Amino acid sequence: MPLRPTLPWCRATPVHSLSLWERVGVKVAALPAPTQWRRRGLLCRLSVCLWAALLALDVARAGEPLPYSVAERRSGYTYLSEENQQLQDDDFANPGLLWVERGRELWQQIDGTAGTSCTRCHGDAATSMRGVRPRYPRFDPQSGKLMNLEQQINRCRAEHMHTSSYPYESEALLALTTFVAFQSRGLPIDVRIDGPAQPFFAAGQALYAQRRGQLDLACIHCHDLYAGQRLRGDVISQGQINGFPIYRHTWQTLGSTHRMFAWCNTSVRSEPYPLGSDDYVNLELFVAWRGRGLPVETPAVRR
Amino acid sequence: MAEPRVRVPSTARQGEVIEIKTLLSHPMETGHRRDVYGKLIPRQIIHTFTCTYNGTEVFRADWYPAVAANPYLAFFTVATESGRLRFEWIDDEGTIYATEADITVV
Repeated sequence: MPLRPTLPWCRATPVHSLSLWERVGVKVAALPAPTQWRRRGLLCRLSVCLWAALLALDVARAGEPLPYSVAERRSGYTYLSEENQQLQDDDFANPGLLWVERGRELWQQIDGTAGTSCTRCHGDAATSMRGVRPRYPRFDPQSGKLMNLEQQINRCRAEHMHTSSYPYESEALLALTTFVAFQSRGLPIDVRIDGPAQPFFAAGQALYAQRRGQLDLACIHCHDLYAGQRLRGDVISQGQINGFPIYRHTWQTLGSTHRMFAWCNTSVRSEPYPLGSDDYVNLELFVAWRGRGLPVETPAVRR
Repeated sequence: MAEPRVRVPSTARQGEVIEIKTLLSHPMETGHRRDVYGKLIPRQIIHTFTCTYNGTEVFRADWYPAVAANPYLAFFTVATESGRLRFEWIDDEGTIYATEADITVV
């Protein structure tokens, strides 16, 4: 056995990489010594090139837009752990689907003195309610202000079913809202901020940028300036609302956008507004617009 | 709230190991939390889960307050014969949530 030359690539040729080459049919071991060394060196460099190409491909793939982000806007989904993403994607395990089922029952249930149900007017929700969630909150000419999905449901109940409103954040209202929003899953958020909605949008934008509470923080401070960085044990998301109502692990239940707003307000030690208040609906419009183009994920799973 | 959800394969081969998934809507109140007045909220959890296959118990679990709300449980069993699987969740108030699923063994 001749002494192996001390050229670096020959020394560095790992045995296993050579055996890989031999497995795909490249004969090296049987060659006469000098040819074998040259061949070994060549194969070694070729291996390095191949690995580099694969790595470059991987880096290029990582640069592709994620399915849950549009331009620089990232859904809360992209901040989740893999396990939570799987939980959201699995229509059996996702606990939010429990509310969708309950909402489906309510959709068909006759209620009120008018003796009607959602389904009597709207028919199959899969077709009639598809595309509704991305447009809310919207301007309502009748009341002259914004209206979100929850308020629209209660409006329908009062005007067409002649029955009582569901209290905000009640299980029934959450279920029905989730059921209606669920029909638009995957559609991009597309709210109108021009025309009559403009002043409300501006009010929401102002609220978003307004410092509040003992910590003297505005929404903008965490969700724009420090999104993606860590706040204690968590990564701060952009605060997008495309997945609402969400199943939140912290709450161990499903919650609306306004509950989340109130939670955020309390976290900076400020007095939250009442759920369903005009201030929150205005803010909801601004935050929805901020995440325009993101797909509806209802019912999303969040931490 | 909604009915318990179970997912059982509708058909299976004799002797095949099958995965069963279950999900139930339940608050799973731990008994350690206090309300706004400082009063302890009584414990209200599901403490027993059982699965019977044509009347024979094939799976049982005892749960404790650390189990989260709306508990999800997946487990495996062997498909022995065609028949009915019955699932039962029993909570501290004595409520029994039950559901059934049929399986055909070919």
